[in-house]
Amino acid sequence: MSQAIYTNFIKDDRWKYITDGLLVTLEVTFFAVLIGIVIGLFVAIVRSTCDKTGKLKVLNAVCKVYLTVIRGTPVLVQLMIIYFVIFGSVNISKVIVAIISFGINSGAYVAEIFRSGIMSIDQGQFEAGRSLGFNYVQTMWYIIMPQAFKNVLPALGNEFISLLKETSVGSYIALQDLTKGGDIIRSRTYDAFTPLIAVALIYLALVMLFSWFVQLLERRLRQSER
Amino acid sequence: MSVNMEKPLIQVENLGKQFGDLKVLEGINVDIYKGDVVFVVGPSGSGKSTFLRCLNRLEESTAGHIYFEGVDITDPKVDIDRHRQKMGMVFQQFNLFPHMDIMQNMILAPMKLQKKSKAEAEKEAMELLNRVGLADRAHAYPSQLSGGQKQRIAIVRALAMKPDVMLFDEPTSALDPEMVGEVLSVMRELANEHMTMVVVTHEMGFAREVATRIMFMDGGNFVEEAPPEEFFGNPKNERLKAFLSKVL
Repeated sequence: MSQAIYTNFIKDDRWKYITDGLLVTLEVTFFAVLIGIVIGLFVAIVRSTCDKTGKLKVLNAVCKVYLTVIRGTPVLVQLMIIYFVIFGSVNISKVIVAIISFGINSGAYVAEIFRSGIMSIDQGQFEAGRSLGFNYVQTMWYIIMPQAFKNVLPALGNEFISLLKETSVGSYIALQDLTKGGDIIRSRTYDAFTPLIAVALIYLALVMLFSWFVQLLERRLRQSER
Repeated sequence: MSVNMEKPLIQVENLGKQFGDLKVLEGINVDIYKGDVVFVVGPSGSGKSTFLRCLNRLEESTAGHIYFEGVDITDPKVDIDRHRQKMGMVFQQFNLFPHMDIMQNMILAPMKLQKKSKAEAEKEAMELLNRVGLADRAHAYPSQLSGGQKQRIAIVRALAMKPDVMLFDEPTSALDPEMVGEVLSVMRELANEHMTMVVVTHEMGFAREVATRIMFMDGGNFVEEAPPEEFFGNPKNERLKAFLSKVL
């Protein structure tokens, strides 16, 4: 056991594959989440504004195409298309390609999560806001979105957990992430068990930590509904 | 009720509303003067609520004009949000904001729309809460209040904007019977202070007591309009007679 740990992690500073890979995974996840939220929020607001008021028809159609294409094709295929086709002739960091790909992908799912949250808020809330004299955007911002966000927090947390794990397919474009780090060690030491289990445990720990954080946030936000 | 020479606060001209092929309102003409307490009654489905909701354009009318303080608010170019600040509205379902406590519910619009300082908005909110006897619940959340308390808060939340008219859309219909009284007494007090009010309701006794005018709606238009004594004592329209015989 200790021999396995020595050859896989200590010898030749191999633990660095794991820690460097972990940093890349976290970096890609973090920025992809940000992009996903921005895209998702934008698409959700366009979609529900169109549903509610009948405006923004053209933008709404564009958003629908985006949702259909992104949710209708595998993330791995999207990643490879963006890396090998769109940026095929450009020398660009794999990390940036991964961030863009996973961000665009996540945005589609986040958009539908946010939209379901907005649609779940009673129409009366919207009317109350408008009747006080708030315009559409103010009503959305002060009254609808805070409630919608609270309602979708569990689903949103779930989406980010899957995103964190999904970044492991970045290995396909040779992104040096956590999964790839474990895989490199395996190829050096011919021991599959130790590095891959270590990688799995790290993912598990991250997910548990993140779930705990989401739960904490949820509980704080639910305080008003005792 | 008396002959009024001043301009109406709200002037409804030939108002119509159509949902697809269904005509809900047609050819409505009403003048509402400052200090009027107008009650709108009628069978369900007659268009009462739709009429009320057209007044602040929560429902867009499909014909006619509504002049509020001299401005045609059915004009698509008009800044309706600015005029809505002067038209308070109370809903059947209260529609308090559940993610804010009572004080936050009260001060949101005065602070964001009238640019009042937090201290000033809170002071005015406290006065209003005192008036309805709910000052001690200022930091409770809506889910912790009874229906009657919620509706009283909804009324003062609208009053916090210092509106020129208050619109009530069946304010007691969602309440347990024992809570109706507390809401009506707040409305009665408002009427006594000569707040202009338009009230859609099924509370006939209350209408008789506080209304300056009662309007009976049937089939998308007002078929009779009279002061309460005459409305109940000497109804002329056949449909109104039939309606009153059922509800009284």
